[in-house]
Amino acid sequence: MLSVGTFVLISIIKIVIALIVLLTAVAYTVWLERKVVGHIQNRWGPTRVGPFGLLQPLADGVKFIFKEDLTSPHVYRPLYIAAPMISLIFALTSIAVIPVGNWVTVGGIHTPLQITDVNMGLLIVLGITSMGVYGVALAGWSSNSKYSLLGGLRASAQMVSYEVSLGLSLIGVLIMAGSFSLRDIVDAQGGAYWHVIPRWNIFQGQIFAFFIYLTAAFAETNRIPFDLPEAETELVAGYHTEYSAMKFAMFFMAEYANMITVACLASLLFLGGWHGPLFGPAWLQAILPLFWFALRIFGFLFVYIWVRGTLPRFRYDQLMAFGWKVLLPLAIANLMITGLIVALKS
Amino acid sequence: MPDNYFARYLPLLIHFLLAGALASAIVLLSWLIGYRKPTRAKLSPYECGMVPVGDARQRFSVKFYLVAMMFIIFDVEAVFLYPWAVVLRQLKMFGFWEMLVYVGIVLVGFFYVWKKGVLDWGKATSARRGEV
Repeated sequence: MLSVGTFVLISIIKIVIALIVLLTAVAYTVWLERKVVGHIQNRWGPTRVGPFGLLQPLADGVKFIFKEDLTSPHVYRPLYIAAPMISLIFALTSIAVIPVGNWVTVGGIHTPLQITDVNMGLLIVLGITSMGVYGVALAGWSSNSKYSLLGGLRASAQMVSYEVSLGLSLIGVLIMAGSFSLRDIVDAQGGAYWHVIPRWNIFQGQIFAFFIYLTAAFAETNRIPFDLPEAETELVAGYHTEYSAMKFAMFFMAEYANMITVACLASLLFLGGWHGPLFGPAWLQAILPLFWFALRIFGFLFVYIWVRGTLPRFRYDQLMAFGWKVLLPLAIANLMITGLIVALKS
Repeated sequence: MPDNYFARYLPLLIHFLLAGALASAIVLLSWLIGYRKPTRAKLSPYECGMVPVGDARQRFSVKFYLVAMMFIIFDVEAVFLYPWAVVLRQLKMFGFWEMLVYVGIVLVGFFYVWKKGVLDWGKATSARRGEV
């Protein structure tokens, strides 16, 4: 039982650490992407700033701050300034309920490795990430430029279309776990069958749900092959055509933060969260869950980048047809079949 | 942790406020430090170097509106499905049949929308000709 003051202080410490880790992860995902895509295309990627170009994200950040922050007179100013802030705020807030490990006791204080342990974490993550569409739609509209408007409209239509499939693909997992709490969902995936096959949800019949989720998540985060909102060959940069300097960088950061959230969610819901083999002395056993979780997230980010370096872009009518006519029926079929099996067994 | 249900949401609020402060700080910093030398050409809307004709407050395809309506319908469906999924183990087969009927009704509507061509963006469908 903690006093309110200690509780708030601990929360603030955890939030600051989480934000620093997330922003560093965002910066180094950009570096990783440039490096990996470079090697896929037989180039080196960043090499000049620091060893292996490792200081490149810092240099980019400084450069963004010193760039000219243009606000054209034809834009609708309040929303034009608010839109990148909305995108970034919701992208950063969505990690608030994501657990990264079990409860720990530090200095006599027992606290979860999570900013707040609520019993409907999944709903909160879905709610906050779906608010991100406001940033994109408002940016497109308030810029008052034709490219931006088209990009914003496409992005919002695409994001709401794939959000349906994304939401429905998670229902199979909810049926398996019987809880909205991300911690309970991970706990339900502990252990292994015959000490070999872990009880992760993808090995419990949710493999189709996993691929539906993965596809919908690519579309939700506006990544190739679904990056129609910023199709540079036709829309220049889509909804952020009119943005420059740090405001552009904020959309960029929001996109990468969303990628990381999506990767966290995929690991928690389908791949067993932080479960993995534990060995060695006590301090190693305390760190290993964090390491396994980070490894899964890294794997997802790598797949994101790999796909970007490999696949071409969809056409817009194909994109909408795929979302509504293929993914949505598949997601509904998956959830009904999972429901039937679970109802028969219980 | 204080023994109050709502206290669990307090860190979420703090996180939201801190993220908001960070976003404001970034915008402010960029506005303070960034160099500014606007010219007429820089301030015009970007249209690949062409002189812009009119602004972007024009009409756009009604399809986007239809997609938004479809989204509302299926999101409400998902809202019904979420609590059902969590308690399905207690409801057993009864819960499954009930939900099968509900999903069946939604799918009939989905099939109608599909045949009406709301989901087709390429072809000149009835929705394109304004017959929906």
